[in-house]
Amino acid sequence: MKILVCISHVPDTTSKINFAEGDTKFDTNGVQFVINPNDEFGLTRAMWFKEKQGASVDVVNVGGSETEPTLRKALAIGADAAIRINNPATDGFAVAKQLAKVVQDGAYDLVIAGRESIDYNGGMVPGMIAGLTGANFVNNCISLDIDGDTVTASREIDGGKETLSTTLPLVIGGQKGLVEESDLRIPNMRGIMMARKKPLNIVEPVDAITETNSVKFEKPAPRGAVKLVSPDNLDELISLLHNEAKVI
Amino acid sequence: MSILVYTESEQGRFKKIALEVASYAKAVANQMGTTVTAVTFNANDASELGNYGVDKVLNVTHNEGFNAKVYADIIKQAAEKEAAQIIVISSSADSKYLAPLLAVGLNAGYASNVVEAPTSTSPFTVKRSAFTNKAFNFTEINTPIKIVGVSNNSFGLVENLGSTTSEEFSPSITSSNVTVQSIDKATDKVSIADADIVVSGGRGLKGPENWGMLEELAEVLGAATACSKPVSDLGWRPHSEHVGQTGKPVASNLYIAIGISGAIQHLAGINASKVKVVINTDAEAPFFKAADYGVVGDAFEVVPQLIEKLKEFKAQNA
Ligand SMILES: Cc1cc2nc3c(=O)[nH]c(=O)nc-3n(C[C@H](O)[C@H](O)[C@H](O)COP(=O)(O)OP(=O)(O)OC[C@H]3O[C@@H](n4cnc5c(N)ncnc54)[C@H](O)[C@@H]3O)c2cc1C
Ligand SMILES: Nc1ncnc2c1ncn2[C@@H]1O[C@H](COP(=O)(O)O)[C@@H](O)[C@H]1O
Repeated sequence: MKILVCISHVPDTTSKINFAEGDTKFDTNGVQFVINPNDEFGLTRAMWFKEKQGASVDVVNVGGSETEPTLRKALAIGADAAIRINNPATDGFAVAKQLAKVVQDGAYDLVIAGRESIDYNGGMVPGMIAGLTGANFVNNCISLDIDGDTVTASREIDGGKETLSTTLPLVIGGQKGLVEESDLRIPNMRGIMMARKKPLNIVEPVDAITETNSVKFEKPAPRGAVKLVSPDNLDELISLLHNEAKVI
Repeated sequence: MSILVYTESEQGRFKKIALEVASYAKAVANQMGTTVTAVTFNANDASELGNYGVDKVLNVTHNEGFNAKVYADIIKQAAEKEAAQIIVISSSADSKYLAPLLAVGLNAGYASNVVEAPTSTSPFTVKRSAFTNKAFNFTEINTPIKIVGVSNNSFGLVENLGSTTSEEFSPSITSSNVTVQSIDKATDKVSIADADIVVSGGRGLKGPENWGMLEELAEVLGAATACSKPVSDLGWRPHSEHVGQTGKPVASNLYIAIGISGAIQHLAGINASKVKVVINTDAEAPFFKAADYGVVGDAFEVVPQLIEKLKEFKAQNA
């Protein structure tokens, strides 16, 4: 089984979000970049398929050279080879078209992407790859088992979960649950040394128009100070929620 | 040309988010001087949509349950039939599942997590949340056909009384290689996505055995229950209740956080909630900086009292 894990290079979850150039660009100053958390769960599940079922695992990113340390980290965790599609990641559809080309050229059986990236939050790339390549698709995937071509997966739905059966080729939008938090791996020294020798291939992009474009960013309005209510006066809390906030 | 809206129902009844996306579609239709057509599956009474500005309903009878590929293809056919240039959907798990397939099918630009009516219709520009609610992004959609995914609870319900005509729509049904084996869903509980009020507990509650009072509080308020990430990692509560940047987003009217410190990753996921209440023993907990109302106190004392007082309040206001 050939697996491709799509890796989005995103600001660390603790990052303060600021904008530059008249609020048109994300300000990367002082920001630490990491593998998108949803992709980290997917990559770890891919490692399981590699170790238990002999799968090969490639990782891919659409981005500039600044994303290479993130790809190296994925190699250090255990991926076999990395691909960087040398194009700035603009809109989700354009990114999906780039990725779909790599998926088809590489004849991957399973594409693992994240349910959403924590920067753009588009939640669209995995579904679009499936739509473009004709593969089956499971979104919000929280468990994945594969036996030959037969797939059993489950997805989170509003208020519960659904168990699905399908076949390869498959694309998933993965998230926590694919593996547990405690299963995530931190690259060790040996992994980091080995990663230096693994291939990181740079692929030139295909032509793809961008369907959407980002015009401007805005930060949420600063909020007023909290109103404190004494624990001995909870009637006041109820009255505030009823009369002032009008939520109960 | 009309605006097409996908209105989701459950057991024949429209979900609240269906009425919200209908309200949104009506606002766009007003901006553009056109009408709203809804596509819906197995609705008992489509006329309810008339109260939210829908002019015409295409009702599809389909008894095989939700399938993203099949539904995306049916909505595509509805869009083609109506020559719709704008398609409005919700942010439910199902809508987010089918939207990218629909976008590919129609070669449409798709903007998700949209929080307001378009700020301009030419170029077509929407405001969407980004960086897990830490910021907003204005996005232009440049394609002839556009898909707008509305963030749950962001636009609200807007009544627009009118009459609606309803017709049976019989699209061709594609096959899908993804089949549902089983659904495991607590039908007696409010889900986080649908809830107006969410009651959420953190590690400050010490252990799963103490969730009884949270569930009781949720029951009195008609709320859904949720939790912080460590609580689900520790197995005190199911993963489906984990909210935050790496869990579910919460956009409820009221979010009550009990024994939750207010880490940046937690707050990112609940920022879109309108009113936030924190109950925490530590007055220095970061949550107090993000909340509207706060009680510095011990959850084990405050919550049982709050339940009693709310019961009295409910009895008086019933
Ligand atoms: C990559 C990454 C992603 C993450 N994503 C998420 C996410 O999506 N969601 C999320 O929630 N977290 C997330 N986290 C974890 C986050 O950083 C915090 O560790 C977590 O939110 C803390 O959970 P907590 O508030 O329940 O626990 P704690 O931080 O332990 O806080 C417990 C609180 O309870 C209070 N308390 C104690 N006893 C009582 C009492 N008797 N009555 C009232 N209050 C009491 C304490 O004062 C304290 O403030 C993420 C972390 C990382 C690194
Ligand atoms: N630039 C990118 N390069 C590689 N994979 C990406 C990129 N952007 C998004 N993805 C993948 O698509 C998922 C969903 O991203 P998004 O649609 O942007 O929310 C991510 O979790 C990644 O797996």
